[in-house]
Amino acid sequence: MAAAAQQTGGRPDTAAPYAIELRGISKAFGPVQANKDIDLRVRKGTIHGIIGENGAGKSTLMSILYGFYKPDRGEILVNGQPITIADSQTAIRAGIGMVFQHFKLVQNFTVLENIILGAEDGGLLRPSLTKARGVLKQLAQEYQLNVDPDETIDELSVGHQQRVEILKALYRQADILILDEPTGVLTPAEADHLFRILEGLKAEGKTIILITHKLREIMEITDSVSVMRRGQMVASVETDGTSPEELAELMVGRKVLLNVEKAPPQPGAPVLEVRDLKLVDDEGVERLRGVSFDIRAGEILGIAGVSGNGQTQLLELLGGFPEKGAKVSGSIRMNGQELDLTGTKSDAATRRARGIGHVPEDRQSEGLIMDFAAWENVAFGYHHAPEYNRGLLMDNAAIRRDAERKMEHFDVRPRNPNLAARNFSGGNQQKIVVAREIERNPDLLLVGQPTRGVDIGAIEFIHKRIVELRDSGKAVLLVSVELDEILSLSDRVAVIFDGRIMGERLPDQTTTGELGLLMAGVTDTDHHDAEDGIPPAHAHVDEQPKEPR
Amino acid sequence: MDFATIIQILDSAVRLMTPLLLACLAGLYSERSGVFDIGLEGKMLMAAFTSASVAFVTGSAWLGLLAGIAGSMALSLIHGLASITFRGNQLISGVAINFLASGMTVLLGIKIFGLGGRTPALTDGGRFNEVTLPFADALRDVPILGPIYSELISGHTILVYVAFALVPLTWWVLFRTRFGLRLRAVGENPASVDTAGVSVTRLRFAAIALAGILCGLAGAYLATGLSAGFVKEMTAGRGFIALAALIFAKWRPWNALFATFLFGLLEAIANRYPNLDLGIVTVPSMFMNALPYILTVIILAGFVGRAIPPRAGGEPYVKER
Amino acid sequence: MDKMPKWADVILTPLISLLLAMIISALVILAIGESPTMALKTMVDGALGSSYGWGFTLYYTTNFIFTGLAVAVAYHASLFNIGGEGQAMVGGLGVALVCLALPWPHWGIALPAAMVGAALFGAAWALIPAYLQAKRGSHIVITTIMFNFIAAALLNYVLVNLLRPVGSMDPASARFPEGTHLPALTDMAAALGMEWGRNTPVNITFFIAIVACVLVWLLIWRTRLGYEIRAFGRSEPAAMYAGISPVRITVIAMLISGGLAGLMAINNVMGESERLVLNAVEGAGFIGIAVALMGRNHPFGVFLAALLFGFLYQGGGELALWTSIPRELIIVIQALVILFTGALDNMVRMPLERLFLAMRKRGDA
Repeated sequence: MAAAAQQTGGRPDTAAPYAIELRGISKAFGPVQANKDIDLRVRKGTIHGIIGENGAGKSTLMSILYGFYKPDRGEILVNGQPITIADSQTAIRAGIGMVFQHFKLVQNFTVLENIILGAEDGGLLRPSLTKARGVLKQLAQEYQLNVDPDETIDELSVGHQQRVEILKALYRQADILILDEPTGVLTPAEADHLFRILEGLKAEGKTIILITHKLREIMEITDSVSVMRRGQMVASVETDGTSPEELAELMVGRKVLLNVEKAPPQPGAPVLEVRDLKLVDDEGVERLRGVSFDIRAGEILGIAGVSGNGQTQLLELLGGFPEKGAKVSGSIRMNGQELDLTGTKSDAATRRARGIGHVPEDRQSEGLIMDFAAWENVAFGYHHAPEYNRGLLMDNAAIRRDAERKMEHFDVRPRNPNLAARNFSGGNQQKIVVAREIERNPDLLLVGQPTRGVDIGAIEFIHKRIVELRDSGKAVLLVSVELDEILSLSDRVAVIFDGRIMGERLPDQTTTGELGLLMAGVTDTDHHDAEDGIPPAHAHVDEQPKEPR
Repeated sequence: MDFATIIQILDSAVRLMTPLLLACLAGLYSERSGVFDIGLEGKMLMAAFTSASVAFVTGSAWLGLLAGIAGSMALSLIHGLASITFRGNQLISGVAINFLASGMTVLLGIKIFGLGGRTPALTDGGRFNEVTLPFADALRDVPILGPIYSELISGHTILVYVAFALVPLTWWVLFRTRFGLRLRAVGENPASVDTAGVSVTRLRFAAIALAGILCGLAGAYLATGLSAGFVKEMTAGRGFIALAALIFAKWRPWNALFATFLFGLLEAIANRYPNLDLGIVTVPSMFMNALPYILTVIILAGFVGRAIPPRAGGEPYVKER
Repeated sequence: MDKMPKWADVILTPLISLLLAMIISALVILAIGESPTMALKTMVDGALGSSYGWGFTLYYTTNFIFTGLAVAVAYHASLFNIGGEGQAMVGGLGVALVCLALPWPHWGIALPAAMVGAALFGAAWALIPAYLQAKRGSHIVITTIMFNFIAAALLNYVLVNLLRPVGSMDPASARFPEGTHLPALTDMAAALGMEWGRNTPVNITFFIAIVACVLVWLLIWRTRLGYEIRAFGRSEPAAMYAGISPVRITVIAMLISGGLAGLMAINNVMGESERLVLNAVEGAGFIGIAVALMGRNHPFGVFLAALLFGFLYQGGGELALWTSIPRELIIVIQALVILFTGALDNMVRMPLERLFLAMRKRGDA
C-alpha cells in the first residue's frame, strides 16, 4: 500500500473538513456568463453531485477546477489551502483527478502506456511500465477495477475505457475525483458497476464529485447535491433531505410538468412497417439486431433507451444515411411500399421524396450547416424542390421568402434570415430545423433528441408542434434518452436495448420502473418493485443482462 | 550485369538515399507529433544553400553543416508559428515554406555570389570527405565481401553513416523513451497529453525542431557531401519523395530505411540506364523517376497494406472539454 | 453575433495580409541592398505603364484566373487541390493532341475543340486523386502532389518519345497548324483601329477566363450543385443527412477543378507558344493556391488576386531586366502571401476580431 501511504503524506492540512471549496468563482466567454459567483463546498470522503440542465455551467466549473480555464474572479481552496490552478499539472499535483465525458485516451496505446503517459518516472519507459503494472494490479484488487494492462484501448468496451480513465487518476494519486456525465455512454450494467466502484473509492476516503443531469443517479449515490442553473449555483442540499421533484424544480427554475396536453390518439393505417432490421457497422459491431415495429398514421411511437443502444443507427438508417461501410438487412415499408435499403434509392434525398421528414439527433453537425445563413438552411435537404428553383438556378428570393414565413410560424428569434445558423441559440437553431421538417407536412417524421440543449420555452413549443403533426394524421417516431419526454409525448413506447426492441408499452399503463428494467435489458416484467416514480437507476443486472435472477 | 556493376549501382543508391532518409526521418518526427510537413523540400533546399554558402566562406564543412541546420530550423520555426501557435493550416504553411525557400535561396545566392543562384564550387575543406573505414583497402581483394565492404560500405561521407545510425536511434527514442511516448501520444490524441498536464505546444515544437535539424543534415549532405556546392532548385523534388517514402513506410523508422533505399535504388537505376532494356519492354527513365510517386499513390489507395497516418495529424489542437 | 462585420472578413483581412507580405518583401529588398520604392516603381512602370506591360500582365492574369478558380472550386468542397500544376500540364497535352489532330480551318472551330480537350485532360488528371479520396480516403493533398510529379514524367516521356518531330532535339511538339492560332488582343484592338500591346501574348483566352469567373460564381452560389458543394465542404455528416453523396460531390468538384486548371492550357499552349513545350505551366498551378487564398475563394476575389499576381509576374520580369533584383523575388512574395493569407490567417484575424469586439463594446456602452 505504498501508494495509499503517500496519498496522505504529501498533502497539507488533512484536518480541514472540505476537500474542495470554491468562493465566488466567475467565468465569462465573451458575452456569455458561464459561471457567476459560484460557491461550492465538498466535504471530504463524500460523493457530491452537481446537477443542472445542459449548458447550466457544470462542465465549465469543473474545467476551472482542473486548470483548463482560468476563472475571471474567485478563490479555490483544496483541503483548506488556497490554490491557483493554472494548468492541469497543478490540479494533478493538488490531488485532483478528472474523468471527462469524452475520454482522453490514446486509442492505439496499451492500457499501461495510457496510464503512465505524463506520469512517467524518468526518461526511459521500462521502469515506469514495470511500476505501473504493479500498482495497477493493486488498484484492481482494491476497487474492482479490472482491465488487461496490455490490451490497446480500441479493443476495450466503453465501460472498460472509463475504468482506465479512473485508473489514470488513481495512479496519479488523486484523492478528489471528478466525473463528468459518466453514465451517458454506459449500459445500465456498466453504470451499476461504476457506482459500486465509486462506493468503494468513497469507503477508502476519496472525495468524488459527480456531474450529471440525471436525477435518479443523484438520488441513488450522492451524499449531498448542488444545483446549477444558468451559470449560477442555486442550491446545495443533503440528498436525504430532498426529492427528485424539488431538484427538478430547482434545475429549471419553476415547477416542471412536462405533460403535454393532447387528445387521445386516433390511429389510422400503418405508415411505417419495420421488419427485422439489422445493421453491422464498419468495425463489425452489430448495432441493430433485428428491430421490428409499426407506426400508424396519427400516432407517436416513442423509443426509449440509454444512449448508444442503436437509436442513432436506427434513425440514420430510416433517414437514408447509415454510417459508411455499414451492412444492412431487413425491410422497411412506407405507406405499403417497400423502401430501398441498400441500393441507389436508399439515400436521404429519396427518403424525403417518399415523405419522411427528419429532425436529426445532432442538429449542429447534421441538421444545419452552421456557416450558412438561416434562409439557406431552410432549404437544406429540400434544395431540389421545384418551388426553390427556377430552371438551372436556385430561386434564392423564393427560399428567402419561405424562410421568413417559417421563422415567423415557429417564432425563431432573432427573426433575421440572413444570420448564420451558428449565431442562433440552441433552441432557435432547433426551431429552424423543426420548422423546415414539419412544414413540409411529411407522412412520417423522425425526431431524435428534439430537446437536447434546448431551453424550456422552446421545448414546450416543439412538443406542441409534434403533437399537432400527429393530430393532423401523420406518423411520428420519437427517439429520446429523456424518459419524461418519451412518456409525455408518446402514444406507444418501445424500449431499445443493445440493438433490440425489448418490449412495447402504453405510457399510461406502465411505470418508469418497468421501463427502466426494459432499458436495462431485462425482458422479464415481474419486477414491480419501483413504483414510486423514480426508476431504479440500475436494475441489478450483471454481465448477462438477459438472464433473470 | 556483372557484380561490379551491381556494387556500383548499390553504392550510388546509398548515396542517393541518404538525403531521402534524413528528410524522411525529419518528416517522421513532425508527423508523429501531429504536424503535417509538406515543407521538407523547402527546408532541405534552404539548408543546402546556407550550408554551401557558409562552407564556402569559412572553408569548413562543419560550420556549413551548422549553418544548414540553422537555415532549415528558421523555416521550421515559421511552420511551428503558423501551425502550432496560430493554429493555421499545416498544408498551406508547408506550401508557403517551399516557395519561400525556393525564392530566398536564389535571391540571396545572386546577391551574395552573383553566379545566377549557385554558390561557387566548394573545395576540399568545404566538403565532407569520404571516410575510409578500417581495413577497407586491405580487404579489397577478398572475393564478394571485399568489394562489398570497401566500395559499398566504406567510402561514404560521415553524414551517410549518421543517417543510417539515426534509424535505430529514432526507433529507440520513439518506442523506448518518455519523449517518444509523449510524441506519439500527441500525434494520436493531443487531449490525452494535455489533460495529463504536459504541454502540447512544447512537444510539437520539439518535434518540429528535430525535423528542422534532420532536414538541415539532409540539405547539408546534398550541397557539401553529394555535390560540391549549391545549385538553384538542387533538391529537385527530393523532399516530396521523402514524404512519399514516409507514407510508404507507414511512419515507422525501420520501414523508412527500406522505403528510402528502394527509392534511392530506383533513382540510381534511372541515372545509369536512361532506357532500361528488360528484353520484352524498354523502361524509359521517366518511368523510373515517377515510380516512387506511383508506388506511393498505390499505397495510399490502400490496395497493398493500408497506410494509416497519425490520427491527429493536420489538426491544430484546440482545448475543449 | 459574428465577431466582426463581413466586410472586414472579406476585404480587410486579405488586405492586411497582403500589406504584411509587402512590408516583409520590402525588407528583403532592403536587405539585398536595393531600394523598395525603386523596385515598386520599376514594377509598376513595367507591368502597368504601357500597353506592352499590360499585354503581359493580362496574359499572366489569364493563367492565374484559371488555376485560382481551380483551387477555389475544390476548396469550397473542403478539398485542397495542390495538383493544379499537373492538371494544367496534362491539359496542355489535351490541347496539343486536339490541335495536331486535324488541319483546322479556323480558330473559331479549333478553340471549342481544344477547350474540350484541355478540360477533359485536366479533369481526367484530377479524377484518380478524387476517386481515391472519395472511395479510399487517400489524402488528396498527397495524391495531387504525387500526380504533379507523375504528370511531369508523363509529359517528358510523351514529348521526348512521341510528339517530338523527327530530327528535332528539342523536347517539344511540332508547331500547331495556322488554323489554331488564336487572335491576340493586339489583333483585336487593331481591328477596332487601335494600336495596343504589340508583341504581347495576351489573347482571346482572357475573355474566356472572365466568363469562367462568372460561370464559377453562378455555379457556386446559384446552382443546386454549388449549394451541395458548399454544404459538403462545411460538414460531411450534414451533407449525408441532406441526401448529398460525398463521393459524388468529391468527384464532381475535383473534375471541375481539374477541368479549370486544364483550361489554362488554352492560354499558354494554344494562345502563346502555339506548340507544347516542357514546363509550359511554369508554376502557375501553384500560384493558383496563392490567388485562391488571397481572393477568399470568391471568383471576383480570384480575378483581383490574379490581376495582382499578373502584375507581380510581369513586374518581376522587368525587375530582373532593369535592376539587379532577381525575378525570384516574386516567388518570395508569393510565398509570403500564401503564408499570411493562408497559414497565418489567425495571426491577422485574432487582433482584428478583438479590435471589433472592443469597438462594439464601446458602442454598446
